[in-house]
Amino acid sequence: MSSQSREALVDPLFNNNPIALQVLGICSALAVTTKLETAVVMTAAVIAVLLGSNVAVSIIRNMIPPSIRIIVQLTIIASLVIITDQVLKAFVYDISKQLSVFVGLIITNCIVMGRAEAYAMQNPPGLSAIDGLGNGLGYGVVLLSVGFVRELFGSGKLFGVTILQPVTEGGWYVPNGLMLLAPAAFFLIGIFIWAVRAWKPEQIEEDFRVGALLELSHEGDLR
Amino acid sequence: MLEHYLSLATKAIFVENMALAFFLGMCSFLAVSKKVDTAIGLGGAVIFVLGVTCPLNQALNDALLKEGALSWAGFPEVNLGFLSFLTLIGTIAAMVQIVEMALDRYAPGLYNALGVFLPLIAVNCAILGASLFMVERDYSFGEATVFGVGSGIGWALAIVALAAIREKMRYSNVPGPLRGLGITFIVVGLMSIGFMVFSGIQL
Repeated sequence: MSSQSREALVDPLFNNNPIALQVLGICSALAVTTKLETAVVMTAAVIAVLLGSNVAVSIIRNMIPPSIRIIVQLTIIASLVIITDQVLKAFVYDISKQLSVFVGLIITNCIVMGRAEAYAMQNPPGLSAIDGLGNGLGYGVVLLSVGFVRELFGSGKLFGVTILQPVTEGGWYVPNGLMLLAPAAFFLIGIFIWAVRAWKPEQIEEDFRVGALLELSHEGDLR
Repeated sequence: MLEHYLSLATKAIFVENMALAFFLGMCSFLAVSKKVDTAIGLGGAVIFVLGVTCPLNQALNDALLKEGALSWAGFPEVNLGFLSFLTLIGTIAAMVQIVEMALDRYAPGLYNALGVFLPLIAVNCAILGASLFMVERDYSFGEATVFGVGSGIGWALAIVALAAIREKMRYSNVPGPLRGLGITFIVVGLMSIGFMVFSGIQL
């Protein structure tokens, strides 16, 4: 494996994580992590769509007129999401019911759009596929670690198997109900980012400056 | 009837807040919440677009996609439900484009205020999310309008509040690795706890 493709695969895991550093695709990352099972299925679905869209966009990248590229990318992504949704409904119906609208929301998941726009439009299909896989895995790392903590401490289970016997079933563990609610997801991702940046200090944002307020008055602040 | 709509609106604004309870529209929620002025602009644009696309998508879904919806054309057994994702996102993207052009032509003042945010909105998950929830919950046209505007107001409220907190936070000394994105997540978590007091409210 050449160094370029290894970089495309490994870099998004921690060095340039789509969620922790690029602030992409957070919506679904928070909502589907109350259980590990749904987190795994969601990760698989996102990887499949990301891989497919990166390859498809990359193959036709020289034929897309720049002015309508967003619509073209959206159409490709939406078609792939429809396929994924139908596959999930056919094979893992219960989980697809639990994921409800969040499978559909992969369409607007900024990771998919972002990678198509930033990477696949400039690189050949092979590299784009690896980049898609890498970013999908980077997304998965955050999803699975958040899902792990939330399910273990929220209901004492992992993949539905009891690990910490809860008090209601004669055990000793008092489940932490907060873990299953929305705020816990925010806290855990915040802590995840804290941990990653403490480990890799070059990712720290230096915006503790009083004068920064003045800089922000420029519209250039919009991403 | 009015009570039903009022209760739906309260639910959409506070109890089931798009940003803080369903995590929708998070990307722009975190990226554009550094300054109150820009947050108000984006919030206004989201209310506007949600209020337009949600009822429009409801009408399309009712007339074309739902199971048995095509019976007026003589195909009572056709179910085009699987096309809903493509239709919803297509409508939203087209609608945003039309709104942008219409504002540019007829309301330049409003266009100057909201213009830069409109392209961002086409890929805002809160917009698509509202339409998907609307399809899933089978709202009527009136309900869809109220739900769309209500969710928009809720989202705008959340982003303006977060922007205000972040402006104040510039003066505090946050631990290095937590600066920026990390502390924002924790603040949003606390806001989400705050919004949870509304749960269970019925009008």
